[in-house]
Amino acid sequence: MPMLEINDINVYYGAIHAIKGISLTVNEGEIVTLIGANGAGKSTTLRTISGLLKPKTGAINFLGKDIAGMPAHQIVREGISQVPEGRKIFAEMTVMENLELGAFTRSDSDGVAQDLKMVFGRFPRLEERISQLAGTLSGGEQQMLAMGRALMSRPKLLLLDEPSMGLAPLLIREIFSIIVDINKAGTTVLLVEQNANMALSIASRAYVLETGRITLSGDAKTLAASEDIRKAYLGG
Amino acid sequence: MDFFHQLIQQLINGVSLGSIYALIALGYTMIYGIIKLINFAHGDIYMVGAYLGFFGVTVAGLSIFPALLISMFVTGCLGMVVEKLAYKPLRHAPRISLLITAIGVSFFLEYAGMYFVTATPRTFPDTGLNFAFSVAGFIINGQQVMIFAITIILMALLTYIVQKTKLGKAMRAASFDTETAQLMGIDSDRVISMTFFIGSSLAAAAGVLVGVYYNTIDPLMGIMPGLKAFVAAVLGGIGILPGAVVGGIILGVIEALVAGFLSSTFRDAAAFAILILVLLVKPSGLFGKNTNEKV
Ligand SMILES: Nc1ncnc2c1ncn2[C@@H]1O[C@H](COP(=O)(O)OP(=O)(O)OP(=O)(O)O)[C@@H](O)[C@H]1O
Ligand SMILES: [Mg+2]
Repeated sequence: MPMLEINDINVYYGAIHAIKGISLTVNEGEIVTLIGANGAGKSTTLRTISGLLKPKTGAINFLGKDIAGMPAHQIVREGISQVPEGRKIFAEMTVMENLELGAFTRSDSDGVAQDLKMVFGRFPRLEERISQLAGTLSGGEQQMLAMGRALMSRPKLLLLDEPSMGLAPLLIREIFSIIVDINKAGTTVLLVEQNANMALSIASRAYVLETGRITLSGDAKTLAASEDIRKAYLGG
Repeated sequence: MDFFHQLIQQLINGVSLGSIYALIALGYTMIYGIIKLINFAHGDIYMVGAYLGFFGVTVAGLSIFPALLISMFVTGCLGMVVEKLAYKPLRHAPRISLLITAIGVSFFLEYAGMYFVTATPRTFPDTGLNFAFSVAGFIINGQQVMIFAITIILMALLTYIVQKTKLGKAMRAASFDTETAQLMGIDSDRVISMTFFIGSSLAAAAGVLVGVYYNTIDPLMGIMPGLKAFVAAVLGGIGILPGAVVGGIILGVIEALVAGFLSSTFRDAAAFAILILVLLVKPSGLFGKNTNEKV
């Protein structure tokens, strides 16, 4: 049984029909990517999984439990953590406080201390800036903080919304190799990207989203080689 | 009495009055911070707090400190109930609906107050603090000492809660970005509820202290201090806790100076002149960052 199974969901913003009957699955241990152009509905899909939006129809199953309609703050406790688009760090709080908030749902202080060490191991720059206000970090550091914060809940499934946004190529490569490491350490990843090249290079499977519908899906390497994808998303 | 002497004496009076404004303004600013509502009923919550303290002392025969604590607790619960019944159903409604509802709650509390306790002002009984002593020729009375002490204790406690506890961090996170706070597993409804509890209990403390300080209370006593505390919160920068404290003290001091050196008839005018001045010169307030609010 897949870890996450989305079955024919429809999501609206008022009268705008943003997601038109999407189904997708994520298996335990995978990196799955959801690619598509601006406004395709990638963020809407992630925000629906994490409970910030409610699907009008359709089901979302996570580890055998129907989570569609569950409030966002409870879905975190089920084991899903989101790194939102644009990082959304708490700018007026310190790096440490941001990480503490990531562990808000937890009461196992030993485990939290252990995960804090793990996060600092992955992002040494965060440890150097532990008492700095998060708003004063650079864009790349803010992305690292947003990822570290999400990891502090010890998620089973990590949702990443455009982690490459606004970052220099070298930094993008660094972030993506960290995503691979996180996955290898046992966290399943659903990655939303406009940078299809990078996303397909680390994912095992991919879905292509176009104006609220999934138009293509399959093995990431096959998709990366496909003529349609190369024309539409990979610049030739 | 020379000028300098009178100046210091007015400063002492001003800081006492300002502490009370600060306690009320803290609730205003906390509630604004978390749901962006100017809670016009906050002054009336303060009035309820004053009455509960009054009944605690007179009917229940308690001494002033237990009466204060009970009033703070019960008024805090009232704040939570008001939020749940009146504001929570409007969570996704336009802000103007929320504002109009707050004005409705304000009238409701005022007229419910008149119905239940009548419009006749009540006199707070002697709480054993009606003594005065002089320090280097300046007169300080027992009520002022109590106001200073309780204000400082409550502010220290609030600072601790907001800065150090899990609830405080959740409150700051939800004030900054409610949606992302939810992604951390924070139940924003619960945090909003707790914010109303804390804000309302601070207002109740102010109400009891005013009862002790000025001796009389009535169901409409919350209107003016409510407006003044709003001015204090705007002066300090709405949504910013230290701003509310500083704004409250400055307002109290200016009022005392105006009353002492010009005429007490200008006292209230001074507060609103400050509001107009702040809105013209620095709308984000003393502690506010000069960002243009996106509409
Ligand atoms: N709050 C909103 N209110 C109304 N419409 C919205 C809202 N948010 C998104 N939409 C619309 O829903 C559609 C999908 O938006 P979404 O943000 O999910 O796209 P996306 O694939 O994440 O795009 P991007 O790559 O630019 O982030 C778009 O047409 C967008 O205009
Ligand atoms: Mg998006």
